[in-house]
Amino acid sequence: MSVIEQIKTRFGGKAAVQERSPRRVYLTVQKQDVTALGEFLFRELGGRFSTASGVDTRPGVEVLYHFAFDRDNLVVSVRTLAEKPELELPSLTPAVPAAEWVEREIHEMFGVNFAGHPNLATLLLPDDWPDGVYPLRKKTFESEQELTAREN
Amino acid sequence: MDKKETLIPIGPYHPLLEEPEFFKFYVEGEKVVDAEVRIGYNHRGIEKLSEAKTFDQATFTVERICGICSTSHPFAYVRAVEDISGIAVPERAEYIRTIIGDLERIHSHLLWVGLAGHFLGYNTVFMWAWKYREPVLDIFEAISGNRNHYGMFKVGGVRRDINDIAGLLKAIDDVESFCNMLLKAVIDDPVIKARLKNVGVLKKEDAIAMGVVGPVARASGLAIDVRKDHPYAAYDRVKFETIVMEGGDIFNKTAIRLLECVESAKIIRQCLKQMRPGPIDAAVREVGAGEGIGQHEAPRGEVIHYVKANGSNYPERHKIRAPSFMNVPSFKRTVIGESLADAALITAAVDPCYCCTERMAAVEPETGRVILTGQELVRLSQEKTEQMKVKLRG
Repeated sequence: MSVIEQIKTRFGGKAAVQERSPRRVYLTVQKQDVTALGEFLFRELGGRFSTASGVDTRPGVEVLYHFAFDRDNLVVSVRTLAEKPELELPSLTPAVPAAEWVEREIHEMFGVNFAGHPNLATLLLPDDWPDGVYPLRKKTFESEQELTAREN
Repeated sequence: MDKKETLIPIGPYHPLLEEPEFFKFYVEGEKVVDAEVRIGYNHRGIEKLSEAKTFDQATFTVERICGICSTSHPFAYVRAVEDISGIAVPERAEYIRTIIGDLERIHSHLLWVGLAGHFLGYNTVFMWAWKYREPVLDIFEAISGNRNHYGMFKVGGVRRDINDIAGLLKAIDDVESFCNMLLKAVIDDPVIKARLKNVGVLKKEDAIAMGVVGPVARASGLAIDVRKDHPYAAYDRVKFETIVMEGGDIFNKTAIRLLECVESAKIIRQCLKQMRPGPIDAAVREVGAGEGIGQHEAPRGEVIHYVKANGSNYPERHKIRAPSFMNVPSFKRTVIGESLADAALITAAVDPCYCCTERMAAVEPETGRVILTGQELVRLSQEKTEQMKVKLRG
């Protein structure tokens, strides 16, 4: 059974599967299912954790975990959303150790809080970086609130 | 911290690494018992910068991420952009991309071997490796006009054609014979073998857990190589071996890099012979909206770029993950239990790029007194080699 079929069998009800091409598959899941899906991809299907990326969007920070399946010429990206304003996601690191650094990076750059992460200490930004400033966000929450107020 | 432990900070300027990184080693006597790392001294915000560049400009921005593997990032980046709307690249451009990618592998690996040789106290290896790296840079200059930062890549193709096929074939033959000579000299040397065997071992299960890539993964028995597993450019049209070893130590990592130089020379030769005349650029007008992922097997392992486009001429988000981001954290599983004389070499064995800056010190935490300087740590490593030479040669 192919990787995609196995994912569909196991997470069919929970993950929206989007097959963009034979080599690129995107799965969209609720945040409470991320850890189980990540663990399934890594431990049972033998996917290699490649990296994760964050994108600042209107409803929150969208996080994508990219898993490479080297025997199948396939990259599976798991997409989930950390909603504003809490920006809380369960950490994948306890299940997938390779995610440790990149979750720290997303924490610093976007302010996403990964619950259960062993060490969210500063990795890239200077020690004297001001609190609450997240360089990869599109704009600050304050300015967005002002924008919404003006639109209304 | 236990009273018996001494804190040894290495960095931010590591004597062997190009980029500043800060390692803290906790040692008991000679033995490393714990380690921490801090990066970010060189963070230039390229991902953010890229959002303010057009898709064409960002190719040049990402080329400047690294001075050694300068083509790896544009390679992965243009593939990510092409992935967004399925842009097809002309065949000749695919061959030229392959040639540039693997020429870079040769010069990058030779650079590492040279510096590792210097660190071990083998300055002959250092001088040889760098001497033979020079003709590779000359080839780059002949192709692109630049010894580094070649500016060859663009979305949809390459910027320059390769014309002097016969001259390049001759140059590649020379490079391959140099690599073979260096390979035999280094692999058969009993002292180098004794000095590097079973040092800094990364176990296979740790390699899987940490998601390491490139020669570091292949030295620990993981047969992964983006060129083989996710074929792209012309890599599925040429024959080459993926070099895999089981030991996971520094000797394996060194041997793999040298053997890969020879394989790369084979790839380049086949490309030069198989290339047919044709266009080198798909003349892309629009990127469109969507998201794309591009991978490339850089000298240090898989580079992956994620690009999200919203239909404008600028990327909405551009995520860059270099191979060292996966390889550097693995040092925590390799360095603990090793001696201080090996620690700096182990952290360098993943090849997170090199540097000519030399400032490393061992400090007593309470007093701040410097007990070992960077030069002394290098000397410590070189002395260990000397002692082994005496022991082995009687």
